[in-house]
Amino acid sequence: MNTYDATPIEKTERIARLVAHLYAKMPEIEAARAELITESYKATEGQPIMMRRALAFAHILENIPIIIRPEELVVGSSTIAPRGCQTYPEFSYEWLEAEFDTVEHRSADPFYISDDTKKRLKAADSYWKGKTTSELATSYMAPETLRAMEHNFFTPGNYFYNGVGHITVQYDKVLRIGFEGIKQEAEAELADCHFGDENYAAKNTFLRAVLISCDAVIGYAERYSRLAKEMADKERDAARRQELLTISENCGRVPRNGADGFWEACQSFWFVQQLLQLESSGHSISPGRFDQYMYPYYEKDIKSGRLTRERAQELLDCIWVKLNDLNKCRDAVSAEGFAGYSLFQNLIVGGQTTEGKDATNDLSFMCISAARHVFLPQPSLSIRVWNRSPKALLLYAAELTRTGIGLPAYYNDEVIIPALINRGLTLEDARDYNIIGCVEPQKSGKTEGWHDAAFFNMCRPLEMVFSNGYDAGKEASIHTGNVESFKTFDEFYDAYKKQMEYNISLLVNADNAIDMAHRILCPLPFESCMVDDCMKRGLSLQEGGAVYNFTGPQGFGIANVADSLYTVKKLVFEEKKVTLGELKKALEMNFGQGFDAITAKEIALQVAGALKAQGKEVTGDVIAATVQSVLTMELPAAEKARYEEILAMIDALPKFGNDIDEVDSLARDAAYTYTRPLETYRNPRGGIFQAGLYPVSANVPLGAQTGATPDGRLAHMPVADGVSPSSGKDVNGPTAACNSVARLDHGIASNGTLFNMKMHPTAMAGEKGLESFVSLVCGYFDQKGMHMQFNVVDRQTLLDAQKHPEKYSGLVVRVAGYSALFTTLSKSLQDDIIRRTEQAADR
Amino acid sequence: MKDYLNVSGRIFDIQRYSIHDGVGIRTIVFLKGCALRCKWCCNPESQEYEIQTMTVNGKPKVMGRDVTVREVMETVARDMPYYGRSGGGLTLSGGESLLQPEFATALLHGAKDMGITTAMESMGYAKFEVIKGVLAYLDTYLMDIKHMNAAKHKEFTGRENTLMVENAMKIAQSRMCELIIRVPVIPGFNDTEEEIMQIASYADSLPGVEQIHLLPYHNYGEGKYEGLGRPYLLKDTPLPSQEKMNHLKDMVEKKTALMCQIGG
Repeated sequence: MNTYDATPIEKTERIARLVAHLYAKMPEIEAARAELITESYKATEGQPIMMRRALAFAHILENIPIIIRPEELVVGSSTIAPRGCQTYPEFSYEWLEAEFDTVEHRSADPFYISDDTKKRLKAADSYWKGKTTSELATSYMAPETLRAMEHNFFTPGNYFYNGVGHITVQYDKVLRIGFEGIKQEAEAELADCHFGDENYAAKNTFLRAVLISCDAVIGYAERYSRLAKEMADKERDAARRQELLTISENCGRVPRNGADGFWEACQSFWFVQQLLQLESSGHSISPGRFDQYMYPYYEKDIKSGRLTRERAQELLDCIWVKLNDLNKCRDAVSAEGFAGYSLFQNLIVGGQTTEGKDATNDLSFMCISAARHVFLPQPSLSIRVWNRSPKALLLYAAELTRTGIGLPAYYNDEVIIPALINRGLTLEDARDYNIIGCVEPQKSGKTEGWHDAAFFNMCRPLEMVFSNGYDAGKEASIHTGNVESFKTFDEFYDAYKKQMEYNISLLVNADNAIDMAHRILCPLPFESCMVDDCMKRGLSLQEGGAVYNFTGPQGFGIANVADSLYTVKKLVFEEKKVTLGELKKALEMNFGQGFDAITAKEIALQVAGALKAQGKEVTGDVIAATVQSVLTMELPAAEKARYEEILAMIDALPKFGNDIDEVDSLARDAAYTYTRPLETYRNPRGGIFQAGLYPVSANVPLGAQTGATPDGRLAHMPVADGVSPSSGKDVNGPTAACNSVARLDHGIASNGTLFNMKMHPTAMAGEKGLESFVSLVCGYFDQKGMHMQFNVVDRQTLLDAQKHPEKYSGLVVRVAGYSALFTTLSKSLQDDIIRRTEQAADR
Repeated sequence: MKDYLNVSGRIFDIQRYSIHDGVGIRTIVFLKGCALRCKWCCNPESQEYEIQTMTVNGKPKVMGRDVTVREVMETVARDMPYYGRSGGGLTLSGGESLLQPEFATALLHGAKDMGITTAMESMGYAKFEVIKGVLAYLDTYLMDIKHMNAAKHKEFTGRENTLMVENAMKIAQSRMCELIIRVPVIPGFNDTEEEIMQIASYADSLPGVEQIHLLPYHNYGEGKYEGLGRPYLLKDTPLPSQEKMNHLKDMVEKKTALMCQIGG
């Protein structure tokens, strides 16, 4: 028998006011952290980097301005301005200075920045020239790798310019023994360090850095304790005064000590969640199985009568608001790729215990309610589904999905657990997985997963097959032969595999270079003290201290590659209706559909390259003239007609996503061209590479750098997202799309797969709509699909929101592995979301 | 030998993930050809048995194809995981499936062999002996009763209702399947309290019938008439309001023992 109480609890007025306060203004960039870390680094030159990191962290926590926002019950803010952000010059800073004057007005994720802040940041940043992880990483990379990045085969932008994040630490341990307890463990390890040990230097330094970091966090909480007391003394409202006094007591006790009750547990959790993001700029710091590790504190307080379910819900809601108070400014290109101010703090409910029993409890339901009450993009709420998930929980989750918030995302235990065991996790650890960031599974507190290590555009190697390794007139990859010379489909496919393998090796080269840079310049002692076996081994996470180490870069565009391969197989080799030469020309000419400025420039550069090769001099004027002539070029009518005929033949072919075995099998195989070579590589932390198949929202900007493809996709249109069918190409309804996607091998993509589905609200109406929705998810999962997420909104609403953003400021949509406010997304990403097939039930 | 798999018939569409015509997630097979010509019909391409060309989004589209039961079952089988999870299965719709009785029976037989549930939307326009053959493989009969007055029925659908009303009783008395009565609520035809109540009372008198569905008129089919080059006779007919539908539902539930639902 299940013993949970699923009765919904009403949202309090406080929560509405906290949300309104948070969103009253555009988020702002602040300079305090950049100044403090610079001050500290200047004072610690010559010391071990581990020590410098800990001292800098301590200096920041001692001095950064603090604030308690009106009516908060859980406190701790990294910026004075709501939803503001600090900067992290140790990873990179140049992009921000270059964007000082545009960051406020850009379309994706704008931030306000004052002139004073610009001045202060500039002063601090000047110290960091030549000292950042991105500069060191670049110096480690092979020239071919830099060339491949220049030609947009992949982008490792995430960790290249930022901290790593992408982790779930031992929140349970902090709740249980506090940082005093962790310090005792560090002391015990220190006592066990012997003068003659070969790792004395590293271990001793690391453990001392841990002690400094723990003390810094305890001290930071005490600053809040004092602030709350001061505010209480001035507070006239008796009820609020009492709240502030309790907050003061809480912050005095936790996270120094183990938490005594639910409110303390909430506060202790929050400091860990917040401060991890002040130590480094990594995103996707994921709370993980919050309903599991918070439950003992909830249960104890409810049983003793010290806590009501109503108060517990309000505290949860407060945490949900706080998770939206943290923010991060990314460079303009990355902001497009991660649009929606998202920090990807993934929080997951349900699933099974380490012993394989159902784990659902009251909090599983209350977390879903919190998402509904707060109705904001963070946290990225997820739910684990397995064969014994209570239907009540799935229906409760489906009701949240129906609101259109794009939450929760659904994950399949029956695929993920074996996939993780295959990567070396124990059965118990695999059963205890949670999701990091978008869709990446890991065992909390034991893993440094590097889950979002890069985006790899699987369409670019395909272009290289047609161009024999040239891009815009320049050599960009290996030469796999003149495409017109291929006599069989297998020859063509082999060339594609070679292009893939080569560029995958460069992707690995890039990731490992960046890995080394983080190890050398940015080890993170605070984060590391909450992950096994860092303290025992005396190594930070960045040095390989974790039990499980992975690097997980994502491939995307499978649908385009599969449909493209099918085109070549059918039209060229089986039906012989088109030659590869014709297809190549048709792609270059964008199927006769005209060119935009980007393609025109590429063609001009290609022409320039050819001229140069002939020994002719090419000036900027010549290139500009070529661009103009390409833009206004009129193809001969017969040629244009042939290209359009080819495009029509392609459009008439069956496409991935329609439950057609032949196409789907090709897609399964195409995915292996990425997942299989990748898993043969190792990283510097002693772990292996594992593939993910998801794009976040990078399919839009990276699609913009990709020419026309043989699936009929025109130049610079978005590439298919994740494992989903190409936008608008799945026309046989949701079950057919699910069946196709389930035909991929999700188990090998153990860094996660992402299947986006858009449902029309009518498809989820009524009890019947909800029940059917749950059956759809379970039916997909029965066939070994890994993940599913939904946008439930009609096309008309989205079109109207583009026209009248002011009316839709609260419209949340599912972007990729996360939800975002629709109106904050760039126009091109908005268009992409609208294009994704709307799966309506019935006609 | 499963000879029935080779039986062929004429359909005009197969619709997957249908969640409004029977239990769970269903696949609807639309059989071509109908005995009635209801003015409000939202699938006018279903009426003629002959294969037709209809203009859809400016392009000609052939409506109707001859298929074997085996071919249909290949598509139906693709959604087995979802039927299993939801209790869904195959629904026959039309047209009037009973005009192709051997084909309809074979399709339902095929579904039963796969272990999935079966439903059929039909007005019961056939001799009861024919219907009886179908009932052997049918779980749920979704039967349309559009009006209790024979003359008015004929005016709006082209035929009197006598045979169908009698069949409703025979089907109910056979107890071979669940019988649900469905009423398209068409303004100007049957949307008065009195007319709806006449149907509901009759439904209430049918042994074993527990549910009645009121399906509000919609005009989604209007474009299809244009595509077939036919006039749409109900042009500018107002859609029944939500309040009106709720009112009719409340009335039916108050005055009969039936459970009444709006929509399928």
